[in-house]
Amino acid sequence: MSARSRALRWAIPLAVVPVLALLAYGFRTDPRDIPSPLVGKPAATFALTTFDGEPVSLDALRGKVVVVNFWASWCIPACYDEAPSLERAWQAYRDRGVALVGINIQDKEEPARRFLDRFGHTFPNAPDPAGRVSVDYGVYGVPETFFIDRQGRVRFKHVGAVTDEILTEQIDRLLAEPA
Amino acid sequence: MSRALVRALLLVGTLAAASPLASATVDENTVHEIGAQLRCVVCQSLSVADSPSETANQMRGIIRERLAAGDSPEQVKAYFVEKYGLWILLAPPREGFNLLVWVVPFAGLAAGLVLVILLMRRWTRRPAGASTEPAPDDAMRARIRREMAEREP
Repeated sequence: MSARSRALRWAIPLAVVPVLALLAYGFRTDPRDIPSPLVGKPAATFALTTFDGEPVSLDALRGKVVVVNFWASWCIPACYDEAPSLERAWQAYRDRGVALVGINIQDKEEPARRFLDRFGHTFPNAPDPAGRVSVDYGVYGVPETFFIDRQGRVRFKHVGAVTDEILTEQIDRLLAEPA
Repeated sequence: MSRALVRALLLVGTLAAASPLASATVDENTVHEIGAQLRCVVCQSLSVADSPSETANQMRGIIRERLAAGDSPEQVKAYFVEKYGLWILLAPPREGFNLLVWVVPFAGLAAGLVLVILLMRRWTRRPAGASTEPAPDDAMRARIRREMAEREP
């Protein structure tokens, strides 16, 4: 057997290695974990009417740290898990220059209202019937929560239920920045 | 397919001709064409044009709205890419690193074909020793003739 054919004999099984490495990498990454291109960019403005009939717009909240939470009443369990944390954060931060806005997407009015009653949400919540705001924020599922700094830039996006820890950490970080 | 294309072209033509109406009327074929290139964000591997979901329906509405506002199909796609990243496109654009996705399968196929052809040629070639048998000389020919004559009745 020549040296060349001996090398070839090894090359064929070795060719499997990069393929296996690629597959191992591919199957370990979550195809739903998509980085948002919006982080660091100015947040899209929106002007909606809350379930209580009050106007809510991002422009009116300029200068505040704004938390925008996208939710739906059918989003079980994540939206139900995070709801008490959102209300707690609102109560803790509402007097410290922080605004929290809930945007109800892909939902019907009646179950959405029932959701708000169930958790006794006191922060503004508005439906986005045409889905415009949700596409403007690149939302692909509920819940998603965006943290917007005082300059109006998206600074962090959380996919899935937020917790007290995440809310506190992100809000405190943005509040600590010079106004 | 060609009939759909002709219809689309005719529609585009009439829309271009009827300029006052052009901004208000949106060609559903264009909406479908753009939707077919966008990923339905709540689905698994389904385009905005194909998905029956409410989200896809809303996205089609946004496409329609932007076209009606005078955006070109490219601008509408760029809007979705700006919000969702290149992930929103079902087919990655043919430029930069993404070009690999388009080129590598064909390059691999071509390389495989070349390899198979080379191997087949090697396998079907006669062994070097067998093809260089000495040509029969006069004595051998005479012997063959004699032996064949002996076998004939």
